[in-house]
Amino acid sequence: MITNKQEYLEGIRDGIPIALGYFAVSFTFGMMAVTGGLGIFQAVFTSVTNVTSAGQFAALAIIISDGSFLEMILTTLIINLRYSLMSFAVSQKIEDKGHIWHRFLVAFGMTDEIFGISINHHSKINPFYNYGAMSVAIPGWCLGTLAGAISGNVLPAMLISALSVAIYGMFLAIIIPPAEKNPILYWVIGGAMLGSAAFAYLPYLKNLTSGFVIIIITVVVSAVAAVVRPIPDPKEEEM
Amino acid sequence: MHSVYSYIILAALVTYLIRVLPLVLWRKEIKSSFVNSFLYYVPYACLAAMTFPAILTATESLISGLVGFLVAGFLAFRRKSMVVVALWACIAVFIVERLLPFF
Repeated sequence: MITNKQEYLEGIRDGIPIALGYFAVSFTFGMMAVTGGLGIFQAVFTSVTNVTSAGQFAALAIIISDGSFLEMILTTLIINLRYSLMSFAVSQKIEDKGHIWHRFLVAFGMTDEIFGISINHHSKINPFYNYGAMSVAIPGWCLGTLAGAISGNVLPAMLISALSVAIYGMFLAIIIPPAEKNPILYWVIGGAMLGSAAFAYLPYLKNLTSGFVIIIITVVVSAVAAVVRPIPDPKEEEM
Repeated sequence: MHSVYSYIILAALVTYLIRVLPLVLWRKEIKSSFVNSFLYYVPYACLAAMTFPAILTATESLISGLVGFLVAGFLAFRRKSMVVVALWACIAVFIVERLLPFF
């Protein structure tokens, strides 16, 4: 019988590499937030309350461009929709002997990486394992933001220009490798990029704000792919 | 122009609801093949649409952005880790931008 304390310690151990990775990513976020006009506290506050990479970058873009609340709600919803899939999966596997508030706490730390390690740890998920991972990964995320936000004011323009591709590099590192096993993903990725470029450069289409473009492209491309090539077993295909 | 904090809290609220609702409300398995497939493709389509063509205008010049995109794409294709891909994309952009004035 593994105790909650053991599970918590194992969570901390597995969370350390995640925290290091988060530090690097959120450093970029903190820098971009301050470069875009947010205060240092506002940048850190965003990381503490949101705990999501792509979602925060998109939210930042909307804040900077002074988008609408509706745009913020829809963009956040679309970009973070994958978390609901992860929560569905975890919902099937979480130990049910504890209080329901374990589910409320686990949900707060449902990131791609913590989902990844918790779903592979044991056949059933002990919430304390997630708490262990969260208790190092989330501080890593927030401290990275703070460090990035502080240095964002002092870094020279040439470094900021170079670092601004970091997040896109990471996105590509997330989406391209799984396509080797599942080539339809090349079509999904290519189709989404072409569609996105069409919205950016074609007359009329380019008047839409980027938030809505991402929503439209994501829904259309994912729906078409789901019809053309339904996945065989969702449990084996999770990202 | 709304307060920055109202935007941040709104995003946090939506994000948390997405994460928590399936965990507390829906404890049964999802059966719909379409919904499962759709949710599976969402991150790929979404992140791809966010990356391109935005990466072309993220840097000081179109050319450095394009080089960053190609370097990152190539390394991702070679299954390098997130940090490695991101770092080399940054280095490539930095080098190209230092070289561009000579052409």
